[in-house]
Amino acid sequence: MSMSLDEWIWQHEESFPSRTTDAKRLLESVLARLESENWFPHDIFGVHLALEEALVNAVKHGNKFDEAKRVHFIVRLSPEKLYVQVRDEGPGFKLEEVPDCTEDENLEKCSGRGIMLMKNFMTFVEYNDSGNMVTMEKARKRS
Amino acid sequence: MSGNRRLELSEVGDVTVVRFVDRKILDVTNIHELGKELFALVEEQNRKKLLLNFGTVEFLSSETLGELIKLEKKVKQHQGRLMLTNIKPEIYEVFAITRLNKLFDIRDEEAEALAAFSA
Repeated sequence: MSMSLDEWIWQHEESFPSRTTDAKRLLESVLARLESENWFPHDIFGVHLALEEALVNAVKHGNKFDEAKRVHFIVRLSPEKLYVQVRDEGPGFKLEEVPDCTEDENLEKCSGRGIMLMKNFMTFVEYNDSGNMVTMEKARKRS
Repeated sequence: MSGNRRLELSEVGDVTVVRFVDRKILDVTNIHELGKELFALVEEQNRKKLLLNFGTVEFLSSETLGELIKLEKKVKQHQGRLMLTNIKPEIYEVFAITRLNKLFDIRDEEAEALAAFSA
């Protein structure tokens, strides 16, 4: 990570059982924090969408709603950007095997739409090699 | 219409106008329930002309898009027609990024869609 920790104005780490209620609580805490820092509504919308997709992927597709498995969540906020990491305990997936949802033949059947939305609304999105952890950043717009 | 918890229905001529109860179509259970209610309009109630008014919707996720794609297929299978209207700009962006604006018949306003249904 390029930033030293003392530049973060807010940090939170938590591991929670694979339940959508916990995912929702964490999501709402991040959005509330961005609102209190006066981020632009369109940026907050983008973070909301990307985080929703990442958390649903972890709880539903990664851990298959198995509450014995946990989702590991890290969020850090600086004056200029948001950093988020979501890791599940599932087998992961190969990013290159997810079909391109914008191809005409995939429009109706594609399952990679969530990842595509994350990439469009965040500044940086990266999966680890095994595909069970996503790291995302959103640079704050100032004007 | 009884039995619908996620949808509000009204009829304009032979067109069924659907509005969403939830401003944020989020929770996985809600999305599944929403899908079931939408599919029932086509498969059980045999409604041929569906207009989904997104005026109240402030947020949706790829799960919701998946349900809408299934609905579109079912409507086609039943020789019906589906139109989406009143989509807020940021929600439209979601349709555009995923290129689903090519799959769905999207109109700005309800009146425009109603006119197209009767044309």
